Formats: sequence, C-alpha cells, structure tokens
Amino acid sequence: MSVETCVLFDESVVKGIAAKTQEPAWMLNARLEAFKDVPKLPLPKLERTNIDRWNFTDFTPFTEEAAIGSLTELPEDVQEFIFDKEQAHVMVQKNGSVIFRRLGDDLAEQGVLFTDLASAARENEALVKKFFMTDGIKRDEHRLSALHAALNSGGVFLYVPRNVEVKVPIQGLFWLAGEKAAMMPHIIIVAEANSRIDFVANFIARPGDEAAFNNSAIEVFVSDGARVRVATVSSLGKETVDVIYRRSLVSRDGQLEWIVADLSEGRVISDNTTHLKGEGGMVNVKTVVLGTDEMRANVTSSIHHWGRHTASDINARSVMKGSATSILNSITKIEKGASKSDGQQSGKVLMLSPDARGDANPILLIDENDVTAGHAASVGRIDPTQLYYLMSRGISRREAEKLIIRGFLDAVVSQIPSESLQASIHRLIERKLQS
Amino acid sequence: MSKAPKLTIKNLHASVDGKEILKGVNLEVKGGEVHAIMGPNGTGKSTLASALMGHPRYEVTQGEVTLDGENLLEMEVDERARAGLFLAMQYPAEVSGVTNSDFLRSSINAKRGEGNEISLMKFIRELDKKMELLEMDEKFATRYLNEGFSGGEKKRNEILQMMMLQPRIAIMDEIDSGLDIDALKVVAKGVNSMLSDELGVLMITHYQRLLNYIKPDYVHVFMQGRIVKSGGPELAERLEAEGYDWVKEELGIEDETVGQKA
Repeated sequence: MSVETCVLFDESVVKGIAAKTQEPAWMLNARLEAFKDVPKLPLPKLERTNIDRWNFTDFTPFTEEAAIGSLTELPEDVQEFIFDKEQAHVMVQKNGSVIFRRLGDDLAEQGVLFTDLASAARENEALVKKFFMTDGIKRDEHRLSALHAALNSGGVFLYVPRNVEVKVPIQGLFWLAGEKAAMMPHIIIVAEANSRIDFVANFIARPGDEAAFNNSAIEVFVSDGARVRVATVSSLGKETVDVIYRRSLVSRDGQLEWIVADLSEGRVISDNTTHLKGEGGMVNVKTVVLGTDEMRANVTSSIHHWGRHTASDINARSVMKGSATSILNSITKIEKGASKSDGQQSGKVLMLSPDARGDANPILLIDENDVTAGHAASVGRIDPTQLYYLMSRGISRREAEKLIIRGFLDAVVSQIPSESLQASIHRLIERKLQS
Repeated sequence: MSKAPKLTIKNLHASVDGKEILKGVNLEVKGGEVHAIMGPNGTGKSTLASALMGHPRYEVTQGEVTLDGENLLEMEVDERARAGLFLAMQYPAEVSGVTNSDFLRSSINAKRGEGNEISLMKFIRELDKKMELLEMDEKFATRYLNEGFSGGEKKRNEILQMMMLQPRIAIMDEIDSGLDIDALKVVAKGVNSMLSDELGVLMITHYQRLLNYIKPDYVHVFMQGRIVKSGGPELAERLEAEGYDWVKEELGIEDETVGQKA
C-alpha cells in the first residue's frame, strides 16, 4: 500500500519553532494538533486550477535568521520596497524570523501594538487568543492551513485601539531567500471601533532566488465604523509556490479595502475572503496578476454578505504573457436576510501572446430578493484601435503596448497607498514585460 | 526641416475587407494651404483620412503618397506621425489608466527622440497655455485619455494634441461634427492659431459651417471614392446654398456613394 508523502519533517521541527519563540503552551498545542492533521487533510479545492502536482512538500520548514540593527543593512533591491525608510513603522521578516521592527513613539503612545506574533502572545495573550485562527482562518480547512498552523513563525500582530486614526501606512516586508527556503508568517490586524489603519505587505525574493514556499495567512478584523486598507504585493521567484490566504470580518459600518498585486513568477494561490457581518459594512477588492513564462495563478475573491445594506465591489485584472495561465474567480454570496445589499464584480483579462491563457469566472449566489448585483467580464487581447490611436501620435508599437498595459493595471496599482511603492511596482512590471 | 511641408497623393486606391472604397485620389497639400474636402456621407472621405494615417483596417491597393518626398505608405503608423503627419480623428479611442498628460508627453518625446526629451516644466507651461486657449478645464490633464469625455471634449482634445505636437500636415476628420457653435468657435480658434507656412491643413467635413471659421484656400468635392470637382472658397458657398445635386447633374453621377457609410 502506498501512502502519499505530504510531510518531510517531524514533530521536533514544530516543537523547535515554539521553543525559540517562547510562545504560550496553548499555541504549541495548536501547532501539534495541526501537524497531526496535515496528512489527513486534502489540498484546497480551487475552482478551475489543478494543484495536485505543485510542490507543497519539498521545502526547508524553518530557517532562523539574525536580526539587523538598521534597514540599511538590507540589500538595496530589498530596501527599495520600504518607503519613507527613515520614519517608517515597519517590520521585516526574512524566512522564519523577524529581523527588524520599528514603531514610532507617537503610535505606541496611542496604544497601537505592532509586534511579531509570538511577542504579542507573550505580552497580550488574551487578545491574540481571541483572534488567532478562531473566527477567520481555521487550521483544519485544508492541508495548507494545517501546515501553516503547524509551522508559522515571525508574523505580525497589529492592533489599533478604538478611535485611533493612524495616518501613515504601516509596513511589513517578508523576504524569502535561499534554495528550498520557506516562510509562513501569520498576520493579524485588529482595528477597533472607528479606528483607521493602512497596512502594506510586500512578499519578495531577489531575482533568480530558488526558494520553495510562501504559505502566509492574513486575518483582518474591522470593528464598527473602522476603516482598514490592506495592500499586498507578491513578487516571488519561478521555483516558488506562493500561497496567501486572506480572511476578514467586517462589523457594522466598517469599511475594508483589499489591494492585491500578484507579480510572482512561479505557482500562485491568492485568496481573499470577506464576511460582511454587520449592517452597512463595505468591502472593496482590487486584484491584479501579471504572469510571464510558465507562471500559473489562481486568484479567488469571495464576499459573503450577511448584514443588511452591505456593499461589495470586486475589480480583478490579469495580464498574461509567454505561456502563463491565470484564472480569476470572483464569488459574491448574498445570504438570506442581507436585504438592500449590493454586490458588484468586474473581471478583465488581457493576453499578450498566443500561448498565454486566462479566464475570468464570475459567480453570483443570491439567496435574498431585495438586493442589487452585477458582474462584467472580458477576456481579450490589446485593442488594435487603441494601439492605432497611440501610434498615430508617434509612439512606437512597443511603447504604446506598454502604456496600454500599464493603464490596464493602474486600476489597481494606483490604489496602493504610497507613490514610491507604486513606482517600485511599475519598475517591477516593466522589467517583467521586457524579459 | 526648414522647407515648407508637402503632401502628395497620386491615384490612391484603398479597400476595406476586400471592398474598394478609394478609387484614384489625386491631391497635393503644401505648407500654408488650407484644403477642404466636402461631400455627402458614404463617399469615402473618412477612408481617405484613415488610409493616409495607416489605419490597419484599410489596405492601400494602388497609388502613391509622399510626405516631403518620402514614401508615406512604406512607413508604420508611428513613423508617419514622427514624419509630421497628424490626424484629428472623428472617433478617437478611449484608453483607461493612461492620463492625457502622460500620453501627450510620451508623444512629444517619441518625436524628439531619446536624450532630447522635453523638460517637465516646459511641457507643463506649453500645455497650460494651449489648454487655456482651447478653454479646457485643467482637470483634463489628469483625466484618462478620452475616457468618459463628451463628444465636444474629445474634439477639443484632438486639437490640443495637434497644437502640442506641431505637425507639418494636419488632417481633420469631421472635427466639427457634434459641436455646438461655441465649441466650434473654440476649436477653430485653436486651428487658426496654428496656421503658417510650416503647416498644411486638410479638413474633411460635410458642413459648410466649419468653413465660416476656418477659411479654406481650396475646396474639393468628394464622390464615389475620389475628388470629382475642385475650386476656391466660392465652391463651398455654392454647395451650402444649392446642395450637391447640381454637381451630380453636371458630372452625370447618379449614386454618389461607394456603397459604404464613411
């Protein structure tokens, strides 16, 4: 009898991570339970993407890294993803370890918490216990969530007290480095009533890096009247399986915005799921994926409307080049009782080469009569009329194509809350389109 | 390029989807001249404009076109533009995510070439000046290219581009259609401000109204895919007063169209 191999490490690795971080005993127990579940649980079922042969096993489960004293110790091409370097409220994680953290006094004095997850669990145990893999992501959803629960390290706990408005974005930089390397940060953002916060997370590898696995999770809790914006930018290498599960709960009159830029070159599972629990809650999702060469991506945005008068809008875009393939799933579910709700979706795919493939898969599931909903989807190539128009003003075909693609992606990129980060992303996009 | 511009069209034939629309157009436009091509709908006027610019749908099957002695038909669309040809389009495309000012700056720099880019300050100064002349709101610069523009705004935007790019030969395809009289005056003011020996103009229209504001030196009547009659400004006035029937009668034309709406 053959048994599918899905774990290449043993319990001592899990215990080792917990010992290093000195986290509370309940966290270690949760890890060990999840570890036992890994072989029992199936891989996640993704709409229209077969992931059976993706590499979820052959990786180094934990790599410890030494702390740095200053951001200038990072390689320059890594630093470039951090904006306002001198004043930034920022956390840097490399592989298994948080190697740098800074929170300005002004925010600390207002009660904002911004630490790695294990420190938060030691210092604010009750808070972490309340939010860590309870109402958001569950550790037994599938094999990847169990793997994440068993092996997560580093991570972020960002807590914004009631009525506190944080004016500048808080940043996280997650740097995956080295052959077979893996990272699994768990990020929790809690925005208490009427607070305001922007969080920007970059998941990066340096060009040519052969790391194996990013298996991250982000949980966001938007309390009554709070406004939260979370932007993630992923640019990992060809050999890497890049998995990010995002889960959020929005309470009464809360507003959430997801901005997701998937620029990784290997295999991508990018999921965002939002539950609009309270009346009047709103979520806005903007995703963009740029695929080159052999890249495969499954980007899924799911919204569940539970409360009355809730509103959602998904704007998903994809540009595919070479023989890249992507699928954009947009799922809007309006539950019975969520009357006067509005769910909108738009999915657009632009294909730049004959071997590229892409599709938009809009799904509306509506169990309530008194609602409005709509979707639009388009899949196509660069519009020859647009190209002709730009060229008729002297712009070369190549430049004109670049302008059109940039414009297509800008629906999402322009929403990222930092102009310098937008510029870095534009450079990244241009580099990819040129290769 | 100090010598006056010259566009020469000889026996031009062009088809769309295998159907011949242009059937032997002959015309010469020189710097300092304003030519008007008039004619009813469906006679191929707009096809002439598109074929000269190099629209991918139009296939030139016969004839030759030179700009300042260079073979225009061998050039790509962008090369024609950089050689000094400009077409103010009847239906300009909308391009989401690309701002008007980014687009204009890219166009200007494409013409100036690498290492000779226009400075941002100079660009803004020029743009402000021209937008003021065309009575355009300054928000235009940061709006996406033609996206959500009204018909009149699009036309103004075409003229703005023409003024910024300073072509040697400018073709205007029904630049007056859909404009109210005030907008028409503004557009004409823009065009008139550019007239000089350095610019040759070819206006395509089926209303004489435009010619009250931009005075043509030559007027040509277009029917059945070619120029059938040419004259001075008095020809336009007679067409306005009497319509096209007398021309058809004089030339023995029964159906002036080429069987396809322009």
